Formats: sequence, C-alpha cells, structure tokens
Amino acid sequence: MFTYSFLQHYWWFIISLLGGILTFLLFVQGGQSMIFSLSKNEDERRLLINVLGRKWEYTFTTLVTFGGAFFASFPLFYSTSFGGAYWVWMAILFCFIIQAVSYEFQSKPGNTYGKTTYRVFLFINGLLGTILIGAAVATFFTGSDFTINKGNIANQLAPVISQWGNEWHGLEALLNVRNWLLGLAVFFLSRTSAALFFVNRLNNENLEINARKAVLVNALPFLVFFLSFVIWTLLAEGFAVNPETGIVFMEKYKYFFNLIQMPVVLVLFLLGVVAVLWGIGGTVFNKNFKKGIWFTGVGTIVTVCSLLLLAGYNNTAYYPATPDLQSSLTIFNSSSSEFTLNAMTIVSVLIPFVLAYIFYAWRSMEKNRTDIADINSDDHAY
Amino acid sequence: MELLDVSLVNWSRAQFTLTAMYHWIFVPLTLGLGVIQAIMETIYYRTGDEKWKQATKFWMTLFGVNFAIGVATGIILEFQFGTNWSNYSWFVGDIFGAPLAIEGILAFFMEATFISIMFFGWNKVSKKFHLVSTWLTILGATISAFWILVANAWMQHPVGMEFNPDTVRNEMVSFWEILSPFAVNKFLHSVWSSWIVGSLFVLGVSAWFLLKKRDIDFAKKSIKVAAVFGLTASILTALSGDGSAYNVAQHQPMKLAAMEGLYDGQKGAELVAFGILSNEKKTYNDNIDPFAFKIAFPKALSLLAYRDIDAFVPGVNDIIKGGYESKNGVTLSFVEKQARGKIALQSLTNYKKAVAEKDTASAASHKATLMANYDYFGYGYLDKPEASIPKVNMVFYSFHLMVILGMFFIAIFGIFTFLSFKNNLQLEKLKWLLWIALLSIPLGYVASQLGWLVAEFGRQPWAIQDVLPLSASISSISTLSVQITFSLFFILFTALLVAEVRIMVKQIGKGPHQE
Ligand code: HDD
Ligand code: HEM
Ligand code: HEM
Repeated sequence: MFTYSFLQHYWWFIISLLGGILTFLLFVQGGQSMIFSLSKNEDERRLLINVLGRKWEYTFTTLVTFGGAFFASFPLFYSTSFGGAYWVWMAILFCFIIQAVSYEFQSKPGNTYGKTTYRVFLFINGLLGTILIGAAVATFFTGSDFTINKGNIANQLAPVISQWGNEWHGLEALLNVRNWLLGLAVFFLSRTSAALFFVNRLNNENLEINARKAVLVNALPFLVFFLSFVIWTLLAEGFAVNPETGIVFMEKYKYFFNLIQMPVVLVLFLLGVVAVLWGIGGTVFNKNFKKGIWFTGVGTIVTVCSLLLLAGYNNTAYYPATPDLQSSLTIFNSSSSEFTLNAMTIVSVLIPFVLAYIFYAWRSMEKNRTDIADINSDDHAY
Repeated sequence: MELLDVSLVNWSRAQFTLTAMYHWIFVPLTLGLGVIQAIMETIYYRTGDEKWKQATKFWMTLFGVNFAIGVATGIILEFQFGTNWSNYSWFVGDIFGAPLAIEGILAFFMEATFISIMFFGWNKVSKKFHLVSTWLTILGATISAFWILVANAWMQHPVGMEFNPDTVRNEMVSFWEILSPFAVNKFLHSVWSSWIVGSLFVLGVSAWFLLKKRDIDFAKKSIKVAAVFGLTASILTALSGDGSAYNVAQHQPMKLAAMEGLYDGQKGAELVAFGILSNEKKTYNDNIDPFAFKIAFPKALSLLAYRDIDAFVPGVNDIIKGGYESKNGVTLSFVEKQARGKIALQSLTNYKKAVAEKDTASAASHKATLMANYDYFGYGYLDKPEASIPKVNMVFYSFHLMVILGMFFIAIFGIFTFLSFKNNLQLEKLKWLLWIALLSIPLGYVASQLGWLVAEFGRQPWAIQDVLPLSASISSISTLSVQITFSLFFILFTALLVAEVRIMVKQIGKGPHQE
C-alpha cells in the first residue's frame, strides 16, 4: 500500500506528535509544582488540586501511549534506551507512580501518610518528571553512550544486543549542559502553561491574580533556556546519515540545515513559537484575556513536534551513539517491519475518533469555570 | 561486554514477578467491580430509585481508590519490557509492541476520558450520558485487558511471525493469526475470573453490613446483583478454564505435565483431583513416584486435554526423551532439539560473517540451515534437560488449588443466588454463611494470582515458547541496579497497598448513606 520509507516517516511523525501533545499536557505537572506557591489557604489548594485532578489521567495516558507507540514502531529504541539509560527512565517512572495515587488518596481518611505527603508526591512529580523528560529528549540531539551489535544474540554467554558504555546508565546525561537547558525549558514551560490553565479554568479572584503573575515569572526563564537550547543545537554539529550507505557522520550545522531544507517544518516551528508567545503575551498584557492556554498549548504541540521532526527526518540519526557513530539509531535501522507498520497505520485511522470523543467529553465537563462551591458540592472531589 | 549473569536473570524475574503480581491485585477488582457498578447504575436508570444511585456511588468510590493504584502499578509493567527485558523487546518487539500500542490508543484513552465523566459528571451531564460513560469506562478497561492478553498469549504460543536474520528479530507476517483462539480463550478466562473477584468483594462487603445490622436494604440489593453475576461468572470461568487446559495441552505439553505432576505419560491418563507430591522425588528421571498421595479420575485428563478418553498424554520424561507421536509427527528428544538449536545459533553467526564478507553463496546456505532449524532456536541456549522443566511443585499446587477454589465459588454463589430470591428470608440471621462470604474475599484474589502462577511459571524457562529463554531476554545492567529497583518497588508498592487497604476499610465503614 505505502512504501516502507513512507511508513517509517509516518510513524516518526506520530511519535513526534505524541511527544508534542505530552509536552503540552505536562501543564498538569507544572501545576503540581505550584500548588504550594500559588495558594494562600487550604480552600485555594483544594481548588488547584481539583482542577488539575480532572486532567491528570490524560497526561498519564499520553505518556503510556507514547511508550507503547515507540515500542511498536521503533523497538530498537525501546530496548536500547530503556534498557541502557536505566536510571533516568526508572526515576521518571517512580515520579509517575507516586503521582497516580496521590490525587485519589490525598484527601481520603485512612490514607496513612497524611495529606501533605501526597501533595509532596505531586510536587516531586512536577519538578523531576518534567526536568528528566526534557533532559532525556535532549539526548536525541546530544547523543548517548551505547553500542549495538545484533550478532550478539547468537553468543550464548553474552547475548545482549544493546550495551551501555558506562555504569551511570543514563544519569551521565545530567553532566551535559545542553540536556539541562531543555530539561529546565520543559519545566518552566509546564509551569507557564499551568498558570495559563488556571487563568482559564478558575473562578477565583486571588488565584487568578497570582496565576497571571506566575505566567510572566515562569515564561522568562522558559524563553531563556529554550532559546539557548535551540540556538546551541542549530549551531552545533549534528548526526547525519548518508542515505546511500547508511553511514552516520558528524555534520556542521546539521539541524540548521534540516530546518532550511524542510521549509514546512520551518514554518510550523515558527508558527508554533509565535503561538506560544501570543498566549503568554496576551495573558500578561491584557487583564481580560483568558484563552492563553489554547494558543500556548497548540503552539507547544506544534513546536515540539517540529523539533522532534528535525531530529529524525532528512537523513538524521535521532538517537545518536557517541562512542560508535555507526550504532546510532535512525528511523530506518530501528523501525518495525513493513508489515507491522502497515498494520499499525490501519489502526491509527481511529486516532481522530479518539481525539473527537476526548474533545467532546472535555467540553461537556467544562461548561463553567470552577470555584470552591463547585468542589464542595461534588461528592467525588479530591 | 558484560557476560550473562545468572543472578541478574533471577533478579530481573523477581522484579517482574513482584510488579506483575502487585498489578494483578488491582486489575481483577477493576474489571469485576466495574461491571457490577454499571449494572447497578443501569437499574437506577431504569427504575429511577435513588437507593440504587446511592449503591452505585458507594461502589464507585471504592472503584476509584482501587483504580488509581491499578494505574500506578501498570505503567511500570509496560516500561519494564524495555528497561529489564531489552533483548526481548528487540527480538520480538515487532509483534509484541503492536498490541501494547493498540491498547494505549484504543483502550486507555477510552478509560481515561469516560472515567472523569463517571466520577465528576453526575451533576454535569444527562443521566443517560452518564450511564453510557460508566459502561464505556469498563468497556475500555476490558478492551485493554484484551490487547495485553493477546500479547501474553502470543508469548505462550508464538504464531504469525517469521525470523529475519538480517535484522535479527522475528517479524510479523499475519496480524489475524496473532489473535489466535489461544488468545481469545485467555482473555475470556482472565476477564470472567476477574468478575468472580469483583462479585466476591461485593458479596463479602455486603455480608459485613448485614453482620453489623447496618444498611440492610442496600446490602441485600448488592448481594442480589453480586450473587447472580458471580454465579454466571464462575460457571463461565470453569468452562473457559477447561478451554485453557485444552490449549495448553496442544501447545505447551511441558506445562500440562507440570500442572498434573505427570512424569510418565499414559494412554487414557487420569486427572488428579487432589494430590500431595512426594518429597522423595529429586530429579525428573529417578523413577520415584511423584505422589505421596492422590485421588484421581481415570481417563479424565486424556478427555479434557485431547477430547478423547484414550489419547496419549506425554509426561515430563516422554517430552525429554522424545519419540512419541504428536499431532505434528514424532517428537524430538531434548538432546536433539538442543543440537538443532545450537546449529541455528551457529548458522546465524556464520550467516552474519558471510554477509559482512559479501560472500552471497555461503550466506544463502547458512541462512537455509538456520531457517531449517529455527523452530528449536531457543533450545540452543539451554545446557541440560532440567533447564527445560518448570518447577513442578509450584505449578501443580497452584493449578489444583485454583480449580478447587473455582468449584467452591460456584457453590457459594449458587447458595446466595438461591437465598436472595427467596421471599421473606432473613438473610441477616444466617451468620455463619455471612462469615463465609466475608472470608471468601481473599480467596478470590488467591485463585486469581494462582492462575497467573500456573500460566507464567509453567512456561519456564521460556520468555517466548521454544524461541527465546528468559536468560537471553535481559538487559545488560548490573545485578545491583536491579536489586535496588526491586527493593524500591517492594517498599513503595507495599506502602501504597497499606494505604489503599486502610482507605477502603474507612470508606466501607462510612457506608453508602453518609458519603
Ligand atoms: C487482564 C487484564 C490486565 C493484565 C493482564 C494487565 N493489565 Fe495493565 N491494566 C488493566 C488490565 C490488565 C486495566 C484493568 O485496564 C488497568 C488496571 C487497573 C486500571 O486502572 O486499568 C490497567 C492499567 C495499566 C496501565 C495504566 C494505564 C493508564 O494510564 O490508565 C498500564 C500502563 C498497564 N496496565 C500496562 C500493563 C502491562 C504492560 C501488563 C503486562 C505485563 C499489564 N498491564 C497486565
Ligand atoms: C497481571 C497479571 C500477570 C501476573 C500476575 C503475572 C505473573 C508472572 C509471574 C509470577 C512471573 C514469574 C515467572 C518466573 O519468574 O518464574 C511472570 C513472568 C513474566 N511475565 Fe507475567 N504475569 C502477568 C501478566 C503478564 C502479561 C500480560 C505479560 C505479557 C504481556 C507478561 C509477561 C511476562 C514476562 C515477559 C515475564 C518474564 C519474566 C519471568 O518470566 O520471570 N505477564 N509473570
Ligand atoms: C474452575 C476451574 C478452573 C480451571 C479448569 C482453570 C484452568 C486454568 C488453566 C489451565 C490456566 C492456565 C492457562 C495458561 O497457562 O495459558 C488458568 C489460568 C488462570 N486462571 Fe484458571 N481455572 C479455573 C478457575 C479459576 C478461578 C476460580 C480463577 C480466579 C478467580 C482463575 C483465574 C485464572 C487466572 C487469572 C489465570 C491466568 C490467566 C490465563 O492464563 O488465562 N481460574 N486457569
């Protein structure tokens, strides 16, 4: 039906899109990191927790689906990165495990460890979850310390295909400044979006004032970290692939060239950035503007998606191996078979329906802004 | 390069076992209670009786607490395939990944979306839309169970794939074959047995209210639903359990032999109803009677496993020795399979070398040898016959206890169904019966966990039956790392379980009215 190469590009696009959606939905995590700082009293804290609590499942499910889709479409990434950068991924998973119970448990009698413990769990998830995911994604541009030898499988004494080069198993990524830049950018972006979300959703004067202030306070560091990362990456050497031989080599300004050579991605990237800034600027400068989250949210999805496209398209290795360039993963050498990608593509036709019912459900639940009276009258409130 | 380390394999297994069994504490209740609350809400929708609404809401609160921790324990299982079984993820990711992705796209989003309407939508959406959302939530959970069980069934019975020596992995060639009868049966048995767990939970908790002489009307209403639903579920479970055993006999004869403690095969083999294994038996071929005591039905095993009372059922020794007639012809001995496996592994190495040297003729001949022996690829990693035998004690006892409990559940639901339809019966006077119902709650969980022990321990040493043993499935990490994460999971999950149980107890104590 489609060519193999088309399918590989299609699935890299789906992964990138999921990555974008996930980054937008990390506003839940950003919000969790502000539960204490935005609110003055218990009522306000409850309000914040409850509006976030109605959305956390989406973020979580997107993360899970992102993992599943990556597994199905690029299994060599799944096995190399998760098995190799073990500690980073485990840390991320722990952050999400403690989140998953916290909303439901925090206000229930008998929860054993007290309300504050669960709120601290939410805070940890907000802080570490975002920074670590950002740093892990940055390694798509900066490279990791692994080698791959598929022939190993026939070696009965040491059958493992992917080998990590050091005992830190991923934590070494935190020694790289560029990884930190993206990690912190994601962290501050998620807080900025959270503040925009609160402005949009809450019916509470004090919290709205604080949230508007928080937009500016978090957007500035976000811009500094994000722009530093982007500019550094565009100017840095990139991991290029020779399309004929499949040989990976270093190329100066690779990501910058990718941007120029793929004008659609360039336009998307710029539009995305403008939308993000529009949402932020509108909220900061106009006291009546409440729709910032929609602009910044859509902008985030588009920007992150196009960043990931830069990492994988146009003959680029999206998961580079620094000690042995030829072990690097490209969308061609790490993907599932043509048959599997075809089968999954048929399933992906259903994605628009899924998005449609999510949108419908979201709308039917969000007719009015939420205030404390709402929460008090809801017997399932957290 | 790190050499294969036995303790790494064992710790990775321990971690997977720990996390899977924790996850499975919460999954069956989600699947069972979810249907029960949806049935109750349907009755409310039909009758408009506020009491049914209160009952629905009461069970829904418990559902929510359980659901949250089910989600928390689920995410780690998914990512563990990458973190701890990385070789596996590449070797079969082409097939195994797809159901996992479909699960996320089709099932988890359905669950996540409609659960928020179910919990928070009572005053926001219409009665009808709310009811539909409740059903869609449980439908989503059940579809998710379907896809993950398809993946699991495929490991037990790998079909629809072909090995590609260039990429060194198995590639999918048929999607429909993967949805095999084996998978469908596994799905039905797992879901129906989970309905039992949910029904026992509702029955037991309601019995407690009757024992406390509280909320009598609510408790009786709940008992009625749970008893009928539980009786249906336990009959369906027994039927599908028979289907499972039949499938195992067809595709995993070693597992069946372990389930029955059968060492020397027989024509017209008997089915052990109750047995105690002998401590004397040390190795599979020492000719000591494996049983210290047993009660058995003659010929029943042949009937159940092959639908023929005189069929030959191979025992552990027959499978090791080979040479008996099976539906695929005369079977090979362990030693022959091992030799073929080693040839397959060696040909793969030779093939890779020939390709690197661009020697196409010899590459083609090595490839041909490899493919001719690929069916036994996994045996090349095993060193001795013992390595191909699962832990018989464990599998035998787990299987028999599960079946005995299954019979017990049919009885208890039968009694309650009968009683709850008798007019003017004072159920609250039958204290002993109520106590039995209350104490049966943990038995449901036990049976359910035992089922997985049968399925998963019985498949040892294979991660993928005959193709890849666990020892070749792992990631290259240090044993210490896995020991640390194992301990962290153990502590964290146990701590969360304690909190969950205490919250549940408090919520139950509050009862349906004072929510
Ligand atoms: C027969 C059913 C069944 C089985 C065998 C498993 N699960 Fe499960 N899982 C469910 C049935 C389920 C569920 C009923 O859908 C859950 C449980 C409680 C819940 O909240 O949803 C769930 C939750 C759940 C989640 C959280 C989903 C979310 O975001 O809502 C993940 C990631 C997994 N599971 C993954 C797995 C993996 C990788 C498994 C195998 C190794 C596994 N589950 C076994
Ligand atoms: C949630 C229900 C499940 C339970 C309670 C369960 C239980 C177990 C147990 C007890 C083991 C350990 C066997 C041993 O080490 O000897 C195991 C191993 C394993 N299971 Fe499951 N299992 C479940 C579901 C699944 C599913 C759905 C899959 C795949 C889709 C799966 C894949 C595996 C794998 C890959 C292992 C390898 C590790 C090992 O065998 O030790 N399990 N499981
Ligand atoms: C009543 C008679 C029963 C029979 C004959 C039976 C039979 C079986 C068999 C043969 C297996 C192994 C399937 C495999 O390895 O693929 C199995 C697995 C299992 N059983 Fe049962 N079972 C019965 C009752 C129960 C009950 C009462 C429960 C729980 C309440 C239960 C829960 C499970 C579970 C969760 C599994 C693992 C999933 C699977 O492999 O399908 N079973 N059962």
